Amino acid sequence: MFYRLSGIKHTRYASSRALWPVTADRRIMQVLVALALLAPFFLSDLYLTSYMLPWLIWTAAALSLTLLMGMAGQLHFGFAAVLAIGAYTSIHLTRAGVPFEFALLGAGLMSAFIGVIFGAAALRVKGLYLVMATLAMQYLVEWVIINVPAISGGAQATLSTPDVTFLFVPLQSDASLYYMALLWTVVVTLLLLNIKRTSFGRALVAVRDKDFAAAVIGVDPVKYKLLAFFAASFLGGVTGAILAFCYYQAVTPEQFGFNVSIQLVAMVLVGGLGSVIGAYLGAGFVLLLPIVLTNVLAFVASYEWMPISFNLIAHIPLMVYGALIIGVLLYEPLGLAKIYDNLRKYFVVWPFRHTQS
Amino acid sequence: MDIQFLLELMINGALTGLMYSLVALGIVLIYKSSGVPNLAQGAMVMIAAYLIWMFAHLMGVPIVFAILLAVVSMFLFGMVTERLLLRKMVGQPTIMVVMLTLGLESLLRGLGPGLLGASPKSLDLGLDMMPIIIGDVFINREYLVGGIIGGLMVAGALLFFRTRIGTKLRAVSDDHISSWSVGISVERAVAISWGLAGISAVAAGAMWGSVQGVDWTLTALLFPAVAVVILGGLDSIYGVFVAGLIVGILGSVIPGFVDPLVGGGTRDVVTSLIILLTIIFRPHGIFGREDIERV
Repeated sequence: MFYRLSGIKHTRYASSRALWPVTADRRIMQVLVALALLAPFFLSDLYLTSYMLPWLIWTAAALSLTLLMGMAGQLHFGFAAVLAIGAYTSIHLTRAGVPFEFALLGAGLMSAFIGVIFGAAALRVKGLYLVMATLAMQYLVEWVIINVPAISGGAQATLSTPDVTFLFVPLQSDASLYYMALLWTVVVTLLLLNIKRTSFGRALVAVRDKDFAAAVIGVDPVKYKLLAFFAASFLGGVTGAILAFCYYQAVTPEQFGFNVSIQLVAMVLVGGLGSVIGAYLGAGFVLLLPIVLTNVLAFVASYEWMPISFNLIAHIPLMVYGALIIGVLLYEPLGLAKIYDNLRKYFVVWPFRHTQS
Repeated sequence: MDIQFLLELMINGALTGLMYSLVALGIVLIYKSSGVPNLAQGAMVMIAAYLIWMFAHLMGVPIVFAILLAVVSMFLFGMVTERLLLRKMVGQPTIMVVMLTLGLESLLRGLGPGLLGASPKSLDLGLDMMPIIIGDVFINREYLVGGIIGGLMVAGALLFFRTRIGTKLRAVSDDHISSWSVGISVERAVAISWGLAGISAVAAGAMWGSVQGVDWTLTALLFPAVAVVILGGLDSIYGVFVAGLIVGILGSVIPGFVDPLVGGGTRDVVTSLIILLTIIFRPHGIFGREDIERV
């Protein structure tokens, strides 16, 4: 029972290409899904709404960005702007009386159309220049949102989300908001896991690895770059809407600033570029570790074991976050997903050292 | 259109632009030698300003010596950063290197205000605050000094590239492997360019710190500096000078006339548009070298 590969002999392509070909992995997934479904029953409201919920939503955002950066290889340093477009579109649509389900769709489409304009810059340049171009667009979108009163509701205004129902379930209680976020994150996760196995996903990977070479074998780089921007921005837009309705419930332009874009890229990179489990780990790491560390330090400071000024405590999350990114990039460039993978490989064949293949 | 107002905007814009060049110079020096886009330059400017403030106001060193001490410390800081962080990233994809410098940016942005206090501090360089008035045009004296120092630093960098070490740096910027083969230490050249970027950060930190006070907002100078670098060409010192003037003048004249109509914040839009249009129409900038990609 410990040797988890025992008895696993794939005799059909379909079974070897399943998402989790090893039974033990499948069992772990089932347990995790069950835990996630039961979370509102055993987690306190505080943990549910201030840790689990943001973690799930940011994971969905990181997964959308993974589709673009990890699979298609197009760097995007303005993804917070894409989220912002989704959030504002969905709020304005629901306020105009559109049902929430269609507002989500509208948010995704709006983000996708504007996101493709971001992508148009990608047709000419790549690498560093793409970083700069998307960065510039982040500032432009931010400026338009702030300075057009019809969008932001006036300077310095917060726009609160109206009460909505999703498929006849009112989204008011903490649990319903949590399930909404969980549903969306699961949808995005399954989408990403499966995109890797489709021709679309393989075309994206070909464009990522070398766009000239992809063109030679008949994959149109222009088309697939734009499609990648379209798909990722669509997912990002819906995630932005979910973020606004399930977590923030009142949006301001500052919530989608340049720092948020950097944070999203950090989640993707710290987790491991192009990895689905990495998006979960990266989002958790980048989001939760500074909070935990601040709490620990505030706790230490409250007992006066160490003289720590409040000014220093206020800045420690920023430092830790910077140091974390540097540390991960230097010591494990493939990210947390690689660490997880190493562990998993070790235990999959335990008590033996090596697999036979 | 008021010609006096336009002239004033243009002159002050040009001087501001030259002060942007001070920040941009560091980015170009590093990119030229190692191909690393240093997005932590804004944070290095902030750290340099904090250092000058610390030496001058906490330790009571005269301002000239405080700046000299900051020059030495930032030179060392640059070299150490290269040795500990960037050298391990050689051969990694661009995104990794970009993200590393952004991580460094966050780290420094927390470190400076965290240890030395987040409230804005005034840095007194002993400059006269009275504006210079020529005809009816007001010129801010600090901007004038900053602009002159910006111009001097760019000229100094150009002269430096004619010295023996500078020649080595130019060789390294042309090709790492050929430089190695003729016995130039590429590692040392890259380290020196980081040190020089540290020095230019001190000049920028002193001037900007005196103009807008020392706090974390100095890191925001990265954005106009990036526009200068992109417009001028990532590896061109001339480009820093010319693009600095262009970004400064456009970033002052356009907001001067448009801001009253749309309610502020146009300067960032102008900067963004400069970056965007440059990348769309001429990605390598005015003076930059065109990248040739081999399949």
